[in-house]
Amino acid sequence: MKLLTHNMLTSHVQGVIKGYPLIIKATEVKVNELEFSAPFVSRMIPKLEWSALIQAAEWLGQSQDLPSTLIPDYEKDEEFLRKVHRILLEVEVVEGCLQCPESGREFPISKGVPNMLLIEDE
Amino acid sequence: MKLKELESCLQQVDGFEEPKILLEQYPTSPHIAGCMLYTIHNTFDDIQNKLVADLGCGCGVLSIGAAVLDAGLCVGFDIDEDALDIFKGNVEDFELSNIDMVQCDVCSIGSSYAKKFDTVIMNPPFGTKHNQGIDMQFLQTAISMASTAVYSLHKTSTRDSSDMTCQHLISSTKRSRLIFKWTSFDLLQHKRQKGNRVALQNFSYRLL
Repeated sequence: MKLLTHNMLTSHVQGVIKGYPLIIKATEVKVNELEFSAPFVSRMIPKLEWSALIQAAEWLGQSQDLPSTLIPDYEKDEEFLRKVHRILLEVEVVEGCLQCPESGREFPISKGVPNMLLIEDE
Repeated sequence: MKLKELESCLQQVDGFEEPKILLEQYPTSPHIAGCMLYTIHNTFDDIQNKLVADLGCGCGVLSIGAAVLDAGLCVGFDIDEDALDIFKGNVEDFELSNIDMVQCDVCSIGSSYAKKFDTVIMNPPFGTKHNQGIDMQFLQTAISMASTAVYSLHKTSTRDSSDMTCQHLISSTKRSRLIFKWTSFDLLQHKRQKGNRVALQNFSYRLL
């Protein structure tokens, strides 16, 4: 599971008002290289919940001096974009789980795939 | 990349080992997937450097094609763990890094990913196995998820209801421009468990 994907995932457990962001508890993380594309990264940044990304990076011990709020003119800062690229697209959670911050319900991550399925009465 | 190259590439994608009939599992044919993705990429430029979602991805034929065509990232969504395992194997065989996947029920997604993706591609279940209307649910979800375009395969016989669903959904989001482009692809053959072949005519469309 990449952090770009994690940035979108929410818990839908019944009764939960804000099941976001899901807390990452990782037991295995890997870095998978992917070709850098400045246009793609700079287009993705405005779509992100930036604070959730920073928090996710912290949970994985990959904070890498990313600022807690977005700098202006980030589109022109290649070094910054490369850091964002790495954290969004190259760092992957292979095993672990995602925990709903409200209900505590855990969604397992196995072989890199988060399982968001709820059982019938949830 | 030429269409033929893309098609022969997609022929290498492993299909389902034991397709689950109730989930309407079958691999999208390399020809249809190739034609569809080729058009999306070359005519509309909706794949390269875009964030793409594949709803009901199964073994990942469409996602792999999108990744090969340099999608920024393609995220596959499917309910079935076994299908996602095969998808994973395919991703490893192709050595692709711009793919991710989520196990979930597409019908329960609702508006969670509203406008998060540039493009949604899919070959959704048609609703032939006691799940009538599921194709429309997929379509509804796809429309909510996509900020630019939705490409989907549906049965010709459902064309009118697809039209109506789209018009209804789009008018509710106050879009001022609505263009449908219908393209008919070759007949898709769906093999049933008992060996009967059912030919379905498919079409896909793009919403602007």
